[in-house]
Amino acid sequence: MSVLEIKNISKSFGTLDVIKDISFSVEKGQVVSVIGPSGSGKSTLLRCATMLEKVDSGYIAYGDNIMVSNDAAGRAKYSDKATLNKIKLSTGLIFQNFNLFPHLSVLRNITEAPVCVLKKDKNEARQTALELLDKMGLSDKADSYPCQLSGGQQQRVSIARALALDPEILFFDEPTSALDPELTGEILKVIRTLAEDNMTMVIVTHEMAFARDVSDHVIFMDGGYIVEQGEPNEIINNPSSERMRTFLKRIIEK
Amino acid sequence: MDYSELLKVTGILLQYLLPTLKIFGYTLAFSIPLGMVVAMLKMCRFKPVSWITNIYILIMRGTPLMLQIITIYYAIPMIQTGGSDFFGGLFSGFDTRSDTYQFTALLIAFVLNYAAYFAEIFRGGIEAIAKGQHEAAFTLGFTKTQTFFRIILPQVVKRVLPASSNEVITLVKDTSLANVIAYAEIFRKAKEQMVFYSSLAPLFIAGVFYFVMNAVLTVVFNFIEKKLDYYQ
Ligand SMILES: Nc1ncnc2c1ncn2[C@@H]1O[C@H](COP(=O)(O)OP(=O)(O)O)[C@@H](O)[C@H]1O
Ligand SMILES: [Mg+2]
Repeated sequence: MSVLEIKNISKSFGTLDVIKDISFSVEKGQVVSVIGPSGSGKSTLLRCATMLEKVDSGYIAYGDNIMVSNDAAGRAKYSDKATLNKIKLSTGLIFQNFNLFPHLSVLRNITEAPVCVLKKDKNEARQTALELLDKMGLSDKADSYPCQLSGGQQQRVSIARALALDPEILFFDEPTSALDPELTGEILKVIRTLAEDNMTMVIVTHEMAFARDVSDHVIFMDGGYIVEQGEPNEIINNPSSERMRTFLKRIIEK
Repeated sequence: MDYSELLKVTGILLQYLLPTLKIFGYTLAFSIPLGMVVAMLKMCRFKPVSWITNIYILIMRGTPLMLQIITIYYAIPMIQTGGSDFFGGLFSGFDTRSDTYQFTALLIAFVLNYAAYFAEIFRGGIEAIAKGQHEAAFTLGFTKTQTFFRIILPQVVKRVLPASSNEVITLVKDTSLANVIAYAEIFRKAKEQMVFYSSLAPLFIAGVFYFVMNAVLTVVFNFIEKKLDYYQ
């Protein structure tokens, strides 16, 4: 069974159709990259998958848990609160600008949700957090505050924060876009390590080389549609659509 | 005035420090929580509630506190006797001849007035917290209540502290307005002593009292601001 299954979802803001009839699924351990020009609806897609936005119609399910499906009139009907909560805890979202909690130490940023939401034992949560920080190469930063860290370090903390809930799937929305070019490498390396550990991930990115090397599947979006999707080498080296070719050309020229 | 007279006046004023502090303390204790509620009401998505709250805030901030004190002080007995059954009943709980009525009326005016100011400060502080904080909390599974108390409120406190400390310092000085309904506090006593001795010295002493109170508050607020300096 797929970790995530999305079928025919649509989403509009007022009269602006942002997501149009999108379908794809993500298998366990798979890394899916979502690429496409700015404004094509990539962020909105991730926000719909993590319930930050509600779809107008379509079907989204995580394993056995159905988040939303169409009612008889073809309009989105969301499941009960308990199911949605279960889904929320099985998914993690990494934001472009980290969104760490500035008033909490690095450690508390990571332990707050396990302790308050999952009601985990404080010491246990602390232990997990320290292990995660170690994995992120930030063992010495547990007592620092977010403002004392570089952007790359903050992003790694936010990844640790999401991992602390032990999610089934992680979504990344341009995780390196807010970083100086010399810091993007450290984040990409962390994501690579997660991929090696078989973490299921959906990553919106502009790093083509990274998308090609790390992902199992690439989705190209434009104008709210999935224009092309498939095996990364095939898609990136050998795009079949004109729009994808134009997009890749523009990226390479940059 | 000679030295012993000055000392005597200081002693008298010191006795009336307590009523002044009473207005100050009670007003803060009620107007801060009420301000929080009013801020929430103003941010209410059901527009009529937001509008009515805004009218209340506009009136409280747009008219003098002195006028509000006098109005409330005289309005309650007038409504009780002359008002409709409904309004008369609404205010029947107040015994306007009791010793505490004066203070009660004062407190209502001060609290209603200061809650409006605090509400605007709190609302600004809450709205200034980036949307991303709510979103991060949401994706981590925090409930709305947990998000508010654990994530948003601590950051709001830091943001609203400078503006709130201004309000608190203004309140110390505003307590002197209680004298318009003859409530016996420092300022009223100082005026009496001024007339009695035909000297400005009592007013000067009262001034020193207010000044010292605010100096202490300033030190306290600076201390708290320093304490919260560990982030951003
Ligand atoms: N909350 C919103 N309200 C109105 N329009 C929005 C909102 N969020 C996104 N949009 C619009 O939806 C389109 C897709 O945005 P987005 O999903 O952020 O694209 P991408 O992440 O691919 O750059 C854009 O035209 C954007 O202006
Ligand atoms: Mg985006």
